[in-house]
Amino acid sequence: MARSNKPIVWGLFAAGGTVTAFLVPVLVLTLSLGAPLGLIPAENLSYDRIYPLVAHPLGRLIVFGFIMLSLWHAAHRTRTTVHDLGVNNDQATMVVCYGIAGAGTVLAAVFLLLL
Amino acid sequence: MNNQSNPRRPFVRPLPTSWWLKEKRYVRYMTREATCLFIGLYALILLVGIFRLSQGADAFDAYLVALWSPASLILSVFIFQMAVIHSMSWFNLTPKAMPLWIGDKQAPGWIIVGAHYGGWFVVSVMVFFWLGGLM
Repeated sequence: MARSNKPIVWGLFAAGGTVTAFLVPVLVLTLSLGAPLGLIPAENLSYDRIYPLVAHPLGRLIVFGFIMLSLWHAAHRTRTTVHDLGVNNDQATMVVCYGIAGAGTVLAAVFLLLL
Repeated sequence: MNNQSNPRRPFVRPLPTSWWLKEKRYVRYMTREATCLFIGLYALILLVGIFRLSQGADAFDAYLVALWSPASLILSVFIFQMAVIHSMSWFNLTPKAMPLWIGDKQAPGWIIVGAHYGGWFVVSVMVFFWLGGLM
């Protein structure tokens, strides 16, 4: 019997959903809204402070994992939702959704290696 | 696959694209699913961030100026709202996605949901103070 790739696809989707559920609200609040709202001094998010955090080996790994899982989660869920909207062209949907997620993942790796 | 190009012409049940507008719970379902677009969008915004970070201090400063511009703030507030909807709907489903068995009894759903909300709160406070450089 052919082996199904479904557990891997779904596992990554679930991992992405969980990681983003815990982290996206606080990341948006901290990085995008914190300084303009006056909750966080702008210099706390400056290049000099953020660069060492991200460039640390552990930082690179975490940022890479976070972006990869977020994109995969979004891609997989978009694919199933497009199907739910009555679009019966899963091949094309897959190419677009997973293509964007894959390209983003590769770019994340490249940018993080270039830091 | 569309019907015309397939010689077998299988029956495809017609489904209006707007089916989910007919009932409140369908709208809730579609809203929940649509949050993923904003999760993906935010990942792309972070991706641009690390690209600009790799280009040096001036590029990263320009990124922050753009990120904190009024137009971007409106988008960020919207992303924040969608992200919170994602978190709540995700955690509310955890008893169904991973039921917890203690011996031969199933733990009540509210314990699993409550534990996730508690963890979410702790993680959020820690990340906010640590990443925001407030401690």
